Parts: sequence; C-alpha cells; structure tokens
Amino acid sequence: MTYVTRLASLDDYEKGGVEVIDDDPKNYAFSNIFEVASHAKPFEQIAVGKNFEYVLEVVRVEGVSGWRGCSHDQSALVLDGEVEFTLRTLNATESLPPNGSVGVADEAIGAAMGRVVARRGHLTLLPAGRAYRYGSGRPAVLLIQTAAGVDTLYRWAEICQTA
Amino acid sequence: MTTTKAPAAGRKDGPNEFGYREFSLGEFRFSRDEYFAYVTWPTGRHVMSVDAFLRALQRDVAWEFFYGIVNFDGVLGTVNHYGTVDLFAGRYNDAYRKAELDHVENIDTPVIRELFAEMLDDWTNAGFDPFASPQETGSAFGNKHGQNTAAVTRHRVTAKRMVSLPGDEPLRDDANGHPVNRMFADVTQDEPEVYPEPGFEAEVGSFNLFSYLARSQVTWNPSVVSVCRDSLYCPTTEEYILPIIHGNDRAEWFVQLSDEIIWDVEDRDTGRKRAKVVMKAGDVAAMPSDIRHQGYSPKRSMLLVWENASLKIPQLISSGQFPTQPVEF
Repeated sequence: MTYVTRLASLDDYEKGGVEVIDDDPKNYAFSNIFEVASHAKPFEQIAVGKNFEYVLEVVRVEGVSGWRGCSHDQSALVLDGEVEFTLRTLNATESLPPNGSVGVADEAIGAAMGRVVARRGHLTLLPAGRAYRYGSGRPAVLLIQTAAGVDTLYRWAEICQTA
Repeated sequence: MTTTKAPAAGRKDGPNEFGYREFSLGEFRFSRDEYFAYVTWPTGRHVMSVDAFLRALQRDVAWEFFYGIVNFDGVLGTVNHYGTVDLFAGRYNDAYRKAELDHVENIDTPVIRELFAEMLDDWTNAGFDPFASPQETGSAFGNKHGQNTAAVTRHRVTAKRMVSLPGDEPLRDDANGHPVNRMFADVTQDEPEVYPEPGFEAEVGSFNLFSYLARSQVTWNPSVVSVCRDSLYCPTTEEYILPIIHGNDRAEWFVQLSDEIIWDVEDRDTGRKRAKVVMKAGDVAAMPSDIRHQGYSPKRSMLLVWENASLKIPQLISSGQFPTQPVEF
C-alpha cells in the first residue's frame, strides 16, 4: 500500500473542529495556522497558543522583515514556502526586554553570524541575544516558539471556533 | 476512598505458572497470564488485556509519570507529584468514587519507577514492542518467552536547546538505525541550508523536523526537540490509539503537523464525555487542565505537543489562582 502524508499550505488546507457533547468549544481555543496566516498582514505575530508567559506566534512572511532581537532563545518552524533567516550580533549597548521579541534599530546591528535557508518542515534556532530578520520572495508561513512580547497580537475571538 | 503511604520498596515474587513474576506495591498486587494483566487492591480488582496494559505501562515508565495523570484506562493509573507518585484504582472514576471502592497509595518516585520498569521488562516478551503500532510488532500474549529489553529501555530524546546543535541530541539517519517509517515514505528528506560564519556554528542551526519525525521508531512518545526556557516542543508520531488517557495538571497544546487525529475528551475527574476534537494539518487546539484525552490516528501522523514545564503551574491551577483553560475570550 502507498501511504500519502497529508500536509497543508496557504493554498490547500482543511480545518477540523470541536464537536461538542457537553462543553464550550472556546475552552479549546481551536484555530488553523493557515487560515490565520491567510488573513494576516506580512510580519504580524499572531498568537495561536498561549501557556502562561509563553506563546506560539504565526507569521506570514512576505518580503523582508525588519531586524528583531530577543533576550531568550526562540525557534521558527517553516510550515509553507521557503524562508531565509539572517543572523547578526547585537551591539553591547542594546537592551532587550525579558520576554518576547522586539524590533531593533539598524545602528544596533553588529557582525554577520550566518544565514539559514529553510523550507517546509525545517526548524531553525533564533538564538538569544542576537539580531535576526527573515524574508521570502513569495508568501510563506512561520510558527514561532517564544514568550509573549510587545508585538504579540491576540485575536482569539476572530481566529478561534466559538460555536 | 482508602489512601495509604506505600512502604519504601516494592516486592517481587514468582515466577508464576505462566513464567511471569508477580509484583506488589503497598497493597496493590500485579500479575499476568497469557492474555491479561490483573490488579488487586483491598477494595477491588481489575483486569486489562495485557497488550493494552504494557503499552500504557511503557509510556508511564518512559515519561517518568509525565505531567498530571496517566490513566491506563478508566480505572487504573498514576498521578505525578514530581517527587512522589499516586498509584490509584478508581480515583478518577465516578462509580468507584461514589461506592467508596477507590484506592490510592502515595509512593516515592524512585520506588515505583524501579518496580514498574522491572515489571515492564519481565512481562514484555521477545517480538513485542510496546512502543510500536500494532501492525509493526508481534503479539504480547502467551506464556513467557524471551525478553525485549532494548525496546523497553530506549533513550528518550531530551534536547537541551535544539536537536542538531553541537553537543545536543543528534539527527536521525539510516546509519544510526532510524530509517524512514513506511507510512512517511513520501516525506521530503531535504535538510535546510545552514551557513554559519566561523565561530558561530553553535548558534546558527536548523534541521528538517519532518524528516526527523518520519524516522521515529516509536509512537505516542512526546520528546523534547526545542527549548525556550520552560516552553518545550515535544513532537511525536502517532498511529492507532494513544495507549493512555492523559489527565492534565496544566494546559497543553496540540499542533497537528500532518494527517489527522480524532481526540476523545472527557472530564478529568469523573470521565463525563465532553467533546470530540478533530484535528487536521495546521490545526491548533488547547487541552485545558480539567479534562483528559485519548487520541485516534488512522494513519501515522505528526503531532507537535507544546508543554509548559514550570513546576509552579499545578498549584496555581488547583488553588484557583489561574483558570483551567489557558486563554479566555
């Protein structure tokens, strides 16, 4: 038998759902990454999961982002498309908040550290205390493992199943 | 409910007429024959098909009792108190509770861990792998014949920062005994292009997570691949049925990376049916901390289990300081 592994993309996804017996579907905060990304502006960081101070952010990558930095490690999983990550050091004077990523000014960017070209299924480290940006020539989707920050957007009522 | 503090060590007897040893922890007694596992306690008895019992026992041992409650089925299970473990019968079953036939024993973790590991090893025969899907392994039944110690003592992947980084958990390939699973033969095996500048090799890292999961030898075994302080990515490959019913002491989240899983969701304490959650590729759902869940995966699928490992959470939720659902809107 030939097995077909069903992945999804911006152009091809099918949403499941909560079938209520005796419950409120809002308890499950059920959403779909590709549905969220299809309605998102490029580089918005939309929370699709939250567990105390930690979040999962969906990012639609289209073009090249600004430079960002974070005081803790983050990871970025490509779920559609191809994304190039560029990493640089940060100048010693740059201060970062304890949680979440923030934009950093061009003047704070230091030496080249390297780059990664990642495609669907690839998980990339965004290392703590460093600057990064990501870009794609056509729409791509990232899922970012991080802590909630000033740029995290919450749209639960819009993105989650409510009935 | 009867509750006791178990003694400092378990006891082992036998082997019995079928070739298997019998085990005791406090007032719990465990035995098996060709088909069944038997559990007795002062106020009751329970029987499980031994294949289901061993699959559940394997997870409890491998996950060091996991987060919260590991229900072997609707009667038997453990609760992790992160230093001690409650072994219970009927504690989270409405009928047993109302009849006051449930029983709980609190046991030091090293004691129950050692006894459970010995029971798993003794009761698992050659040719049966409790971590494999049913189609990938032999039978758990019959008189004792041989062992499968390698299968029940596998290394559990626990990345310190991220799989593939220097000094961290390695990648999987054919050479190190991780061929692509038959149900993931179509998963792309390309690796990302990684170009670190000299001196930054430890920080510029990326790997093909889908390929990594396609090469997993086991099912229903969340393992840490990426760490953000207490935020843990614990992806796993799922096929057939989750061998335990997981009752949370914290919320956890599921991100369906491929295919489909159907989740049965019940009330954590009573077993009352609450919902079915059907997840397809790209779907994200929370599992709140007042439910228990069991998943059904018709084809081997990739699931990203996202955990917050902070030890402060159970008390914050049980005391009512935080709600049982992770987001409110």
